[in-house]
Amino acid sequence: MSVLVFAEVSEGKFKKNALEVVSYGKKLAEELGTELTAFSINAEAPTELASYGADKIITITESALTSFDAKAIASIAAQIVQKENTKVLIVDSSANGAYLAPLIAGKIAAGYASNVVELPISTEPFVVKRKAFSNKAFQNTEINTDVKIIGLAKNTFGVFENEGKGALEDFSPELSDTGIVSVSVQQASGKISIADAEIVVSGGRGLKGPENWGLIEDLAEVLNAATACSKPVSDLGWRPHSEHVGQTGKPVASNLYIAIGVSGAIQHVAGINASKVKVVINTDPEAPFFKVADYGIVGDAFEVVPQLIQKLQDFKSQNS
Amino acid sequence: MKILVCISHVPDTTSKINFTADKAEFDTNGVQYIINPYDEFVLAKAMHLKEELGASITVINVGTAETESSLRKAMAIGADEAIRIDATAQDGFFVAQQIAEVARTNAYDLIFAGRESIDYNGGMVPGILATLLDYNFINACIGLEIADTTATAQREIDGGSETLQAQFPLVIAGQKGLTEEKDLRIPNMRGIMMARKKPLTVKEPADLASKTGAKGFEKPQENAACKIVAADDIDGLIDLLHNEAKVI
Ligand SMILES: Cc1cc2nc3c(=O)[nH]c(=O)nc-3n(C[C@H](O)[C@H](O)[C@H](O)COP(=O)(O)OP(=O)(O)OC[C@H]3O[C@@H](n4cnc5c(N)ncnc54)[C@H](O)[C@@H]3O)c2cc1C
Ligand SMILES: Nc1ncnc2c1ncn2[C@@H]1O[C@H](COP(=O)(O)O)[C@@H](O)[C@H]1O
Repeated sequence: MSVLVFAEVSEGKFKKNALEVVSYGKKLAEELGTELTAFSINAEAPTELASYGADKIITITESALTSFDAKAIASIAAQIVQKENTKVLIVDSSANGAYLAPLIAGKIAAGYASNVVELPISTEPFVVKRKAFSNKAFQNTEINTDVKIIGLAKNTFGVFENEGKGALEDFSPELSDTGIVSVSVQQASGKISIADAEIVVSGGRGLKGPENWGLIEDLAEVLNAATACSKPVSDLGWRPHSEHVGQTGKPVASNLYIAIGVSGAIQHVAGINASKVKVVINTDPEAPFFKVADYGIVGDAFEVVPQLIQKLQDFKSQNS
Repeated sequence: MKILVCISHVPDTTSKINFTADKAEFDTNGVQYIINPYDEFVLAKAMHLKEELGASITVINVGTAETESSLRKAMAIGADEAIRIDATAQDGFFVAQQIAEVARTNAYDLIFAGRESIDYNGGMVPGILATLLDYNFINACIGLEIADTTATAQREIDGGSETLQAQFPLVIAGQKGLTEEKDLRIPNMRGIMMARKKPLTVKEPADLASKTGAKGFEKPQENAACKIVAADDIDGLIDLLHNEAKVI
């Protein structure tokens, strides 16, 4: 019996999501009285996972897998699940993780719960707590298959150092042609993605027009944050669709979310509510965002934000 | 080209989410239901392909009779026929298996679904369905071109997009971008009239056990009151974020 995690790399390096699933997997393995196995593909320094709790690290080195081929990785996962006699498999909720997990579930006929926010409520029966109704509620889900798959929601468990044995094992999986070809990857260069960012700065219609987005970008720059926007802002073409956050846009689960000139409509809030700390800057004290925020300033963005940028710059230079 | 569009019937985005007193079930009292917003984008894309390249569009739902309003709406938008598999959607795996039963006998070239349903947010049905049918699968699709039986698609990745190519048959889980907001379809009177005459077939479900089950719900904790900082006290805000919230 083992607990298995998939630790994804980006250009050979583990991302925070990968370290988070390893940290989670270790705690779960301890609860189940077993060891944690991690597998990863084309990782430069796989032993790094030992510091987060991996007892065994299965490494796959395969030039055919330099782009993320979900179907091929699902097949590899199925092979490892079988050979390791895995009982619980954990995958992160990155775009790639969300692509991969259902393919594995289908392939090995395993019950799968996505958006899981903490360690299982009970392991016998196996019940996990997951986000549902677009962050408006939690659902407890029992997984009743022999092998169980958990999709761990981003930034909910955290990254912890643990001691793992870190035994390395090379594995050459059977690969077959999947029929999906990656033609190209377009990565927005030099910008932090909403998915990876610790801090997200978001602008709404209160900013009046795209010409004022320098404020959002400058604030994001001092905070090393990603930029986001409300749905009407992207529908109006002020900002690209990739920045639209909310129930029908990207979900945000950052440490800090700053909403500027965003009213806080239920659909907007649903998508960003998983963020730990929320700040609102709005001229209207009745704006619904104040009901969900932790800190708020009632004020004009065009006056408040330039000061905030200035003071944050001062703060940064004092604290670095 | 034969297209199947999976339609999920979900609470309206403005719905207050409440549960029955024992927290065992979602309380549907006073809740309006709509076509899952992601499914609206894929349905509009299917319509676009039909107009451009010629296609038949079947819409399918796994659900009880009240979901038929969403299927009728999809036909009013332009789908040619609808299938409802008469079962309570127990979990994503169950839904995928039921749809797979129908798809196996119908040789669809393209199966569209939404990236996730906004009620249970599983993000499970399309990927599991693709695996059960041994179709290729593209998730979080934000762009699609069809040439003959080859699809060139963009999928969203963290911080960008990836362009993929795959052959039919194919399952696509889509979202905004696949269609622009302004190109979403709203049924007109003629469409609504015509939809009444289009076939809606009710099928018995296959006898299957589900792999997961809901064991109660919880609402998130109410947020503590928002601390208001004066507009001229930016230092105060920075201090709170640094020392109290510890996020900067
Ligand atoms: C099916 C559906 C799905 C949806 N999904 C989403 C979604 O995913 N994401 C999303 O964001 N929305 C979504 N919406 C839209 C949502 O209902 C709101 O319309 C939208 O979030 C409002 O955007 P906003 O806050 O930018 O604009 P507004 O509601 O117009 O708010 C602007 C705010 O700016 C404030 N303001 C004005 N001037 C200033 C100033 N100088 N300084 C500071 N503040 C100022 C105003 O007081 C106001 O509160 C959805 C709607 C539907 C029907
Ligand atoms: N009960 C259902 N009937 C038909 N299609 C569904 C059903 N549930 C989900 N789907 C489809 O699968 C997509 C993803 O749903 P989910 O996996 O539940 O998040 C939805 O956008 C629909 O296209």
